[in-house]
Amino acid sequence: MKVRLFLILVLTTGVVWLSAISWIFLSTRAEVERVLDARLLEAANMVSSLLVGQDVDASRVANLVTKRTQQHLSTYERQLSCQIWSLSGTLVGQSESAPNGELSANRTGFSETRIDGEMWRVYAVTNPALGVRVLVGDSLRVREGLVNDVVEGLLLPALLIIPVLALLIWLSVENGLAPIKNVVTALGIRSASDLTPLSSKGAASETALLIDALNGLFMRVADARDRERSFTAFAAHELRTPLAGLKTQAQVALASADPQNKERALGRIIQGVDRTSRLIRQLLDLASLESEGSIVRKSGVNPGKTLATLRDELLAHHNRSACISVSGALFDIELVMDATLFTLAARNLLENALLHASPAGIVTCDLVVESNIVSVAINDSGAGIPEDELLRVTGRFFRGRNKTAAGSGLGLSIVELALSRTDAELALCNRVEGGLSARIVLSRQAMIGPV
Amino acid sequence: MRVLVVEDDEILRDGLEVGLTLAGLTIDAVMTCEDADAALEQSVYDALILDLMLPDGSGFDILKALRKRGNNIPVLLLTARDSVSDRIIGLDTGADDYLGKPFDLDEVAARIRALVRRAAGRSTAILEWNGITLDPAYLVVEKSGQKVRLSRREFSILHALMERPGTVLSKSQIEEKLYGWQEDIESNVIEVHIHHLRTKLGFTFIETIRGVGYRLGDRT
Repeated sequence: MKVRLFLILVLTTGVVWLSAISWIFLSTRAEVERVLDARLLEAANMVSSLLVGQDVDASRVANLVTKRTQQHLSTYERQLSCQIWSLSGTLVGQSESAPNGELSANRTGFSETRIDGEMWRVYAVTNPALGVRVLVGDSLRVREGLVNDVVEGLLLPALLIIPVLALLIWLSVENGLAPIKNVVTALGIRSASDLTPLSSKGAASETALLIDALNGLFMRVADARDRERSFTAFAAHELRTPLAGLKTQAQVALASADPQNKERALGRIIQGVDRTSRLIRQLLDLASLESEGSIVRKSGVNPGKTLATLRDELLAHHNRSACISVSGALFDIELVMDATLFTLAARNLLENALLHASPAGIVTCDLVVESNIVSVAINDSGAGIPEDELLRVTGRFFRGRNKTAAGSGLGLSIVELALSRTDAELALCNRVEGGLSARIVLSRQAMIGPV
Repeated sequence: MRVLVVEDDEILRDGLEVGLTLAGLTIDAVMTCEDADAALEQSVYDALILDLMLPDGSGFDILKALRKRGNNIPVLLLTARDSVSDRIIGLDTGADDYLGKPFDLDEVAARIRALVRRAAGRSTAILEWNGITLDPAYLVVEKSGQKVRLSRREFSILHALMERPGTVLSKSQIEEKLYGWQEDIESNVIEVHIHHLRTKLGFTFIETIRGVGYRLGDRT
């Protein structure tokens, strides 16, 4: 990055420098030409005015003018030339540096002429009173030389300055990138598990922003890692504890001589196997809900029929004498939502209700229609959820004070996740008459019917 | 040997209660930190079996509070979190031993016996006094090389006395070691058990200190 930045800076500085030189070259040339043209004009007029008296030696005047104008430009001596021609075409006089041929055929004004292979810039002025034409010219080579000298004078220090400038740029880049280098070093030496924030003390504002962003990322990664760890710890606990229970009860059954103790232990083993298989099913449900690929297909779901089917399955499986009643109103409507997700949520809620209701308790499934919402309420006659736990019960593996032996702490998490994927919500509240009311809440528009 | 089990899983807690009772221990079992604290305040236990993830907190909290109070009761942690770092944290917090779930019931009993033995300053598992040997692991008592048949209660009383020869145990202390909360204690049951033990092991083996309690007879 340092080399790249350095190259960019050096290249851009170089381009700017070259542009400046080009501009100076062009403007200097234009200026020099303007000045030299003015000199030609001035010199021609001067010669013309000096020729006022007929007795003046034209050649002397021509030489005088060219020498006077060239005295400060010794290098370019003999390059300014003057010729005086009569209007009839006879050479009246010329300076020593003048070429042999006529400098210009023009009667008046500027022109450029090639004489003996050399280009001349000439100004002509006609003096009709004396019947002469004065031509003053200088060589274009000299003009180019002047411009080149000026540009050279600029380029030479520039060539000397460029390495110094490059060094200064290099040092500035080095110094400017030092905070980033510090961050890189700090990141390079830390271990993969170290997610402590980087210190932004003394950092430049831009680097501080980078450090803040990095620290934000660290925090999010640490949170995700903690959640993952806690999920793994809970999952390990919830999977290993029933296994430990199964093994212990099996050992009790083997070691106990008392048939009653043996039978009791075997009963506990069956209970443990049921619980473990439910936990595994729930973990698989959770994994499937969380997988990105699963598609939500909304269709009309008859909640009454679904709940009645689930009721029959659960009562047969749990072998309970509890009564599950499904309100007739639930059979008369359809809810627009994903049927699989509704079944998953309803199954977990019904199972929870059954586990928490007393063995011969009553579970009721009702339809509640309010102004904007419609709910399928599953009410049990259990102990309910302590108020302080109501907000936490949907957390994974959370098992509150009123937990059951068969619970895993995953059911309500699954319900919440499943419903959130099909535009529904889970609402939990303790009933005045005792027990919990768990509701699948949808917008009123999601209900079709009564049909 | 009376042990408190703190485990929130009903099936496992029940298994430990029944299984460890079969191994000759007297077990009280609770499922929350709150109940554990109450039990530890009310009764004296020889050891504590502690699960870490409890509904109202962590087993570490119970452990830290115990050690802060200066209670040196041997503690065996039973937990699903059994990575090396978890074990280190557990032992550094004050646990005496650590077992990952699922575990072997016999191993739990053996570790508890070893913890209690070490806490009493003994290194050998078999107790011996005046020709009587007691093996807590196999629940076997021998007199001059011959097995003596004892009931579970008789064995527990003898074990308690032989663990600290010379120390007088009051009737209530013996009752505490013998009975869990849910068990009813008949008024003269300890005297009956002591009488049976004397009949089987010799009348001078257990000495009565009137108004105080019982201890083993002087070494002969």
